[in-house]
Amino acid sequence: MNPVRKRRLYLAVFLLVAVSGTTAALMVALEQNINMFYPPDQVVSGEAPVARQIRAGGMVAEGSVVRIPDSLQVEFVLTDYNGADFTVRYEGILPDLFREGQGILVQGQLQADGTFAAHEVLAKHDENYMPPELVHMAETSSPGGSQ
Amino acid sequence: MLPEFGQFCIALAFGLALATAVTGLAGGSVSALRLRGISSMVVGQFVFCATAFVILISAFVQDDFSVEYVAGHSNSLLPWYYKISATWGGHEGSFLLWTLTMTAWMVAVVVRRGNYPERLFSRVAGILSLVNLGFLAFLIFTSNPFTRLIPMTPADGADLNPLLQDFGLIVHPPMLYAGYVGLAVPFAFAIAALLENRVDAAWARWSRPWSNAAWAFLTVGIALGSWWAYYELGWGGWWFWDPSENASFMPWLAATALIHSLAATEKRGAFKSWTLLLAIAGFSLSLLGGFIIRSGVITSVHAFAVDPQRGMFILIFLGVVVGCSLVLYAIRAGQERAVVRYGFLSREFFMLINNVVLVVALAVVIWGTLAPIGYQLRGDHISIGPPFFDAFFVPLMLVLAAALAVVPLLNWKRTDVVRTARGAAVPLGLGIVIGLAGWYVTDPKLASVSVALGLAAWIVFSHARDLIQRGIRKVPVAYWGMTLGHLGFAMSLTGVAVTATQSIEHDVRMAPQEVEQLGDAEVRFLGVTEVRGPNYVAQQGIFVVTEGESSFELRPEKRRYLAGGSIMTEAGIEPGFLSDTYISLGEPLEGDAWAVRLHYKPLVRWVWIGALFMALGGIVAVMDVRYRRLRQRQKHPAAEKPAKEAMA
Repeated sequence: MNPVRKRRLYLAVFLLVAVSGTTAALMVALEQNINMFYPPDQVVSGEAPVARQIRAGGMVAEGSVVRIPDSLQVEFVLTDYNGADFTVRYEGILPDLFREGQGILVQGQLQADGTFAAHEVLAKHDENYMPPELVHMAETSSPGGSQ
Repeated sequence: MLPEFGQFCIALAFGLALATAVTGLAGGSVSALRLRGISSMVVGQFVFCATAFVILISAFVQDDFSVEYVAGHSNSLLPWYYKISATWGGHEGSFLLWTLTMTAWMVAVVVRRGNYPERLFSRVAGILSLVNLGFLAFLIFTSNPFTRLIPMTPADGADLNPLLQDFGLIVHPPMLYAGYVGLAVPFAFAIAALLENRVDAAWARWSRPWSNAAWAFLTVGIALGSWWAYYELGWGGWWFWDPSENASFMPWLAATALIHSLAATEKRGAFKSWTLLLAIAGFSLSLLGGFIIRSGVITSVHAFAVDPQRGMFILIFLGVVVGCSLVLYAIRAGQERAVVRYGFLSREFFMLINNVVLVVALAVVIWGTLAPIGYQLRGDHISIGPPFFDAFFVPLMLVLAAALAVVPLLNWKRTDVVRTARGAAVPLGLGIVIGLAGWYVTDPKLASVSVALGLAAWIVFSHARDLIQRGIRKVPVAYWGMTLGHLGFAMSLTGVAVTATQSIEHDVRMAPQEVEQLGDAEVRFLGVTEVRGPNYVAQQGIFVVTEGESSFELRPEKRRYLAGGSIMTEAGIEPGFLSDTYISLGEPLEGDAWAVRLHYKPLVRWVWIGALFMALGGIVAVMDVRYRRLRQRQKHPAAEKPAKEAMA
């Protein structure tokens, strides 16, 4: 092979290795850090995995928010107004827009007893904004969302 | 009547943009008359966009709620300065600002037209006008800010989102847009160079100041956005890897690679086609960012209202821009083949390292931002958390920092190994000492943090040694620019490494007179009073923080805005060069107790101050004499002297 071709071959091989290496690393990292979203019916039916980092969402059921005295622990029920609901436990500060009847997202792990241990609670950012996951849910559940 | 005139101005700008694009890109010789025509039409586009913008501002100031956009984003109770900044507080108005910024850059190119050959200037102006034509069409057909609500004019406006009622949001969008659309200029130069078949050192030299300036604006814009998120969102985070942040970070990474690659192209003719590709990528990623933010395809905490039609428009526009550029690139760039030889210890090779690292980082951000869309097509809803990005950025940025520390020792082409090693010894030694010291001081102790501290110190000492050796008075302006930029990077790196790992954060329940320990300080909660602002009422918490002899008071607020009834957390912050104390109120609990978040954030300000130094470096580099000399040479061809090659 002449030197120019040889150099190009090296370059091509180097690029191929670099690109495939990066892609592989990206895929692996992605699989480990991905948070799947599950609506209430999938949480209740057992489709959502237990003890894995996931996101779930729903409407905060009216009258379900219970504060544990002398702590920042709180419990509430997320529902799709369609018969599926589950209890969420959280310790910390709730977002400003957290309200009963509001659509919210929780991030955390589903426990074996069917409750959800959240380490993050996300609410709608403003009146116009709603996570797309919840928009879809609000359309499919009957008494509508909070809008 | 005035709003209709504003709309008319946009239409006129559209017409002028079309005319400029045709005149600029048509074949044939470029006469003085044609040049004058192009220049005045570009100025015309600017004047009409500016007039439309001023009219929109006046509609806000006068509370003209018959204009739908004003009614949706303002309120009679809003203080006057927020009425003005509300002009770019929503989609339509901010896009008008976007086109205004675009035309301002175009005027800047016209002002410097004497620096460029007539044909190239005419092509550049034509391409910029073509791009602006797309922006104006978007404004007219999907996002008219002057739409009226007649006869159903509301009595008062719906109010500006309280999060945007803030100084940071007055300055953040204009800076960011100046960066986003500023990247259109190097893009236009790249396309013009391809059209004219002159991808050479002169082209790189013309393109560099524009790339630097746009990059500097983008840097400031991103830093301001991060600062705003830190104090205004109320929860102490300064970077969330949110799609809207990534939208600005992607073009920034490409632009950072571009300004480095351009240097190698100008000085050594290396990486020509690569540089072209980066110029195209930078602007395309700006458009992609616009698409992400304005279409609502991706879940984001601060996306504009969702509108598929707008998303589709930008996507098509993006497709046309990328498609046409790449086709042209494929046809023409193949001819630009230069064999430039250089060794491993050379600036060229280290520019290559810089570019590879930045492009891989870019790929990570693109992947992490767009992957949720891919999953959505499959029917799955996913989100990608910060750990994904951190896993890549920590090692990548450390590699980048290590390469950066060696740069001042290197020559173009090749550098003597022994000389490099000798020059590197002292700064590297000092860096290691500081890294080890960092290990003792930090808690928790992390290898990556100590390495980051050591590398940052190495960068600082290495550049300082270099400046002293070259003689501080003899160092050219552009070289100062590079040095400032690199020192800024070292400062940001230190800030990120320390604040991300050494911060203390407590979520606690506090009743009045209770005391909590925060690091070395004691925080006492005195209670909550009610205060009134111009358009809100607030519950104001009173906290006294005592550390040793010194003590100060913080008053975080929980605000309820009267117009929309929205609730907002306003943090109480005691800023400091070395650390911030940050308190925010959660919600009232039983009795007089409150949920409270206490933060101790060491070196958090270094993240932004470092970014400002980087931007300053970019601007200083633009000031270098050699970019000004070009024009003098044009004016007085007889007086031309061979310009002394500057170093950077």
